[in-house]
Amino acid sequence: MNIDHSKPLEYSTEQNRLNILGFWIFLGAEIMLFGTLFASFFTLVDRIGSGPAGEEIFEMGPVLLETFFLLTSSFVIGLVVHAMRIGNKKAMITFFVITLLLGLGFLFLEINEFMTYYHEGATLQTSAFTSILFTTLGTHGAHVTLGIFWGTFIIIQVARRGFTPETANKTFIFSLYWHFLDVVWIFIFTFIYLKGMTGV
Amino acid sequence: MKTTRSIFVCFILSAFLTGCDLVVLDPKGPQAETQADVIWLSIGIMSVIVLVVCAILVYVLVKYRDSKLPKDYEPPYIEGNHIVETIIVAVPVLIVIFFSVVTIITNNKVEATPEKYKGQDPLIVYASSSNWKWHFSYPEYNIETVNYLYLPTKRPLEFKLYSYGPITSFWIPQLGGQKYAMSDMVTTLHLAADDVAAMEGRNANFSGEGFAENTFYVETMKQVEFKKWVRDVKGRAAPITEKTFNKLLKPGHLGQLTYTGTHLGFSPPPMEHSGQPNDEHMSDSDAKGKHLDHPHSHE
Amino acid sequence: MGYFSRFMVPHASPAIYASMVAIAVTMFLLVVGLTYFKKWIYLWSEWLTTVDHKRIGIMYLISALLMLFRGGVDALMMRAQLAVPENKLLASQHYNEVFSAHGVIMIMFMAMPYIIGFMNFVVPLQIGARDVAFPRLNAISFWLFFMGAMLFNLSFVIGGSPDAGWSSYFPLAGNEFSPSVGTNFYMISLQIAGIGTLMTGINFMTTILKMRAPGMTSMRMPMFTWSIFVTSVIIIFAFPVFTVALLMGALDRLAFTKFFTITDGGMDMLWANLFWVWGHPEVYILILPAFGLFSEIIPTFSKRNIYGYKSMVASMIIISLYSFMVWTHHFFTMGQQAYVNSIFSITTMVIAIPTGIKIFNWLFTMWRGRIRFTVPMLYSLAFIPLFTIGGVTGVMLAMSAADYQYHNTQFLVAHFHNVIIPGVVYAVLGASTYYWPKMFGFTLNERIGKMAFWVLNVGFCLAFFPMYITGLDGQVRRMYTYSADTGFGPWNFVSTIGSALMALSYVLIVYMIYYSIRHSPREGASSDPWDARTLEWATHSPVPEYNFAIIPEVNSREPFWDAKYKGLSIFKGEYNKIHMPNNTGAPFIMSCLFFVFGFSLVFSMWYVAGAALIGIFVCMAQRSFQIDHGHYIPLEGVKETEANYGGGSDK
Repeated sequence: MNIDHSKPLEYSTEQNRLNILGFWIFLGAEIMLFGTLFASFFTLVDRIGSGPAGEEIFEMGPVLLETFFLLTSSFVIGLVVHAMRIGNKKAMITFFVITLLLGLGFLFLEINEFMTYYHEGATLQTSAFTSILFTTLGTHGAHVTLGIFWGTFIIIQVARRGFTPETANKTFIFSLYWHFLDVVWIFIFTFIYLKGMTGV
Repeated sequence: MKTTRSIFVCFILSAFLTGCDLVVLDPKGPQAETQADVIWLSIGIMSVIVLVVCAILVYVLVKYRDSKLPKDYEPPYIEGNHIVETIIVAVPVLIVIFFSVVTIITNNKVEATPEKYKGQDPLIVYASSSNWKWHFSYPEYNIETVNYLYLPTKRPLEFKLYSYGPITSFWIPQLGGQKYAMSDMVTTLHLAADDVAAMEGRNANFSGEGFAENTFYVETMKQVEFKKWVRDVKGRAAPITEKTFNKLLKPGHLGQLTYTGTHLGFSPPPMEHSGQPNDEHMSDSDAKGKHLDHPHSHE
Repeated sequence: MGYFSRFMVPHASPAIYASMVAIAVTMFLLVVGLTYFKKWIYLWSEWLTTVDHKRIGIMYLISALLMLFRGGVDALMMRAQLAVPENKLLASQHYNEVFSAHGVIMIMFMAMPYIIGFMNFVVPLQIGARDVAFPRLNAISFWLFFMGAMLFNLSFVIGGSPDAGWSSYFPLAGNEFSPSVGTNFYMISLQIAGIGTLMTGINFMTTILKMRAPGMTSMRMPMFTWSIFVTSVIIIFAFPVFTVALLMGALDRLAFTKFFTITDGGMDMLWANLFWVWGHPEVYILILPAFGLFSEIIPTFSKRNIYGYKSMVASMIIISLYSFMVWTHHFFTMGQQAYVNSIFSITTMVIAIPTGIKIFNWLFTMWRGRIRFTVPMLYSLAFIPLFTIGGVTGVMLAMSAADYQYHNTQFLVAHFHNVIIPGVVYAVLGASTYYWPKMFGFTLNERIGKMAFWVLNVGFCLAFFPMYITGLDGQVRRMYTYSADTGFGPWNFVSTIGSALMALSYVLIVYMIYYSIRHSPREGASSDPWDARTLEWATHSPVPEYNFAIIPEVNSREPFWDAKYKGLSIFKGEYNKIHMPNNTGAPFIMSCLFFVFGFSLVFSMWYVAGAALIGIFVCMAQRSFQIDHGHYIPLEGVKETEANYGGGSDK
């Protein structure tokens, strides 16, 4: 394994550079995935059948809190990469744990929100609108869930093995993933919740 | 290669010879005529392209085949040639521009009331499909038929299409091209008939087990005849009720049926872009549709 | 019994029972054979666990050939049913299942793996790399594709086949009108195979961007590699759309959501749009690599460099962009306004321009060349006129006013077979002969190959040209029967004869492979039997595990040609130890779990599905914690292998 010490650890081997490029390309595919979900959402948003419309079920409070959690976690994952670059393992792990806890908090709120919708009569099966709403939010939520497991694995590996080209590479790629989920959430927040609540 | 080409030539020839018999190229109305013209025009230009490609191919194959060349012939390295490349871009571009103009003009033609008959009020017919039948409502005359259409000649026809099931496609090739009938939107198809004729129409879009037999009979007649038929129906046919209609909707095939009244009142067509397609309320009325004897019965 | 009744085939016929028996017998013989010849360990350690792009490529090709058989039998059944009017051979429901399976199998499980197989085998060799960027991911791609294909094929003996066509339009494909589990198989097996394809796209885009041999600038890349690069980009942007569409379709069927239903706001047109936003680029995912293969074969057998390299590359890029802007032409008749149809008409016709440029460039490549009529070249030569016919009929279909008359008819069926068969199938058959010596070290029998080609060619023309005529005469597609007074009978009979000839050519091709394995000379086989031009021919045949003992250096577009005839050296430097990735069974095991997951979803067996899903995650976790640095082939090993091949790999 050739390690190029002039580059940051996560870029230091050929395989690492391939992994990062490959992941960027994967994110390109993810953009298409969420783009399709958004396009479908806009197509179906007014097709509420006999069920409720967005403005009848959306609540600003929890959504703002979710947004806060996710945005903060995205900032903290930036700190993780920074701590890794300066070689501070303890800070890195601490920040990483905070990131994932914020992610968990987000998930908790989102599940709660889903329960509320469910009790208000907006289920996956109510109308085309609720179907696409739950599917779009659920796809994002599933990504966050997967990310929490993945992040946990990386934390364990960093704790055990320290900063190696592999663990650094994984951490960096994870941070890309996490930032990406944050960006998707900003779109969800703006175009699903805000637009839905204000009816603009 | 020779066999391929000779087979192809045979097919082209036979296509030309039988061309007049093919329903799509045997139009009985202005829309189908426009479409047939486009088809002939494109077949013509496209044949020239195919012939040019084949000619170059044959020339190259004859001239530069290994066995015909001197032993010491070494093919040159040729990067490309700007003039040649400009030509092979420019000619297709010109053809595409020409076709674009044709397509824009003809699209607007087939999507509008035929010019020939522009002055008149169109006859509006609601054509809805259910597995595997067609229901035709004539709101102007307040009658409804199943699986057959009588149409007046020399009057614009406007079909409002929708479906009580899978996507279907309403197609009377000799009057004009098809259009989809769907459950959540009404589509409009503009047609007209020039002459008196009997022809077949069908659902062209696969819709399940009974698809192959999902056809209907079409007859165009002079406007006087058509009015006579309408009066005849009004005198003889039973009224359509919600109950009868719901029975008709059940999957299966039916013969040709005729009713007075239309289903548009109790089972309205879907609104454009509404989330709520027509709901199918059941009613208790039990009047029954009566079969009309038909000289052109198809089943 | 209640629980197991879900596995019954709802519309069983003797043919299906016979297939069940045939499948059981084949499986049994396979197991007995493997045990008797003690090949289990060989199978596991050399194939099931391999991460070698060449072996994965070969496995793709074998799967494709098998699926060609399955899809071909479906085609023959359809042709037999339509041969004469009012035929009673197949019932309507059975016919619907057959054509649905035929479409899905031929596109997704025959053409795709054929293309991806060559992509795998050829691209790393052409760019002078030792493997792809992510060899293990590549194995996952293959096994996911394979399991998806198996799951789909299982449908006709367990639970029932999909019966809503390969485009599976809703609401026809919804629970109300398609109550059997068939469409569940469609949604889930394509999803599994599609994930594999998406990862292939990512893998090859990275590989081509990052792993080219030193000196191979983008404008020195071989044409096939260029085509695969463009194809990968299309895959990456098109497949996620399909993923979402399939997810919605599966949810509608399994979780009773309301995406495409008739009630509660569902929108059937959304499926059609999503399907074709993926479906049209998919067509180019198939045809661009085929173009790439022809662009390798034609220069080789004309002894000329490719004419107009830059315009060839530009055409492919333009085609890839436009492939995303034409999807509406699949439903001009859905009620859009005239101007919408006009726009999509024009974008569709515009694609003809770059395609035309490519056709002329191939012709000019042969001009002043030295043309040898080998089997791969014959396929390429037949491709040019036949594909031109398919292409110009495509332009005819693109004119939406006229499309109202062509749509849903046999004219359309003739058109797309006329582009896909001479385009894709001829390309992969030609390339199979072309690359066979590189894969296995001996050439395929030329005489039988030419026979198969001619039979196929005549068969193709007889099978599909009559459809143009019956289409214009009003014969719609997917119609299981027609009456005698329609006049379709004679033309359809000719089609059926053509399809029988195509079947005969398949038999000949299989026989050619069998005959060549038995009789083709192995001794003295050249590593460059065609006097070719690109890097894949610079290494030995069959290719050693590490592809190139010394990574080649590239100074031109045709490095191997220049090495042979201009004396430029491409292999500089000394042998060294070579780093290779480790074999692993995880991709196979994980894909098996995907199979179980998919199968249990099809039948709504939630607990099994949950358990399989956990298993999949365990596999991923195992990968995350695994430390895998690959292994080195020692210098002695490299030297020994090279010596066995007889000296250096340069010439």
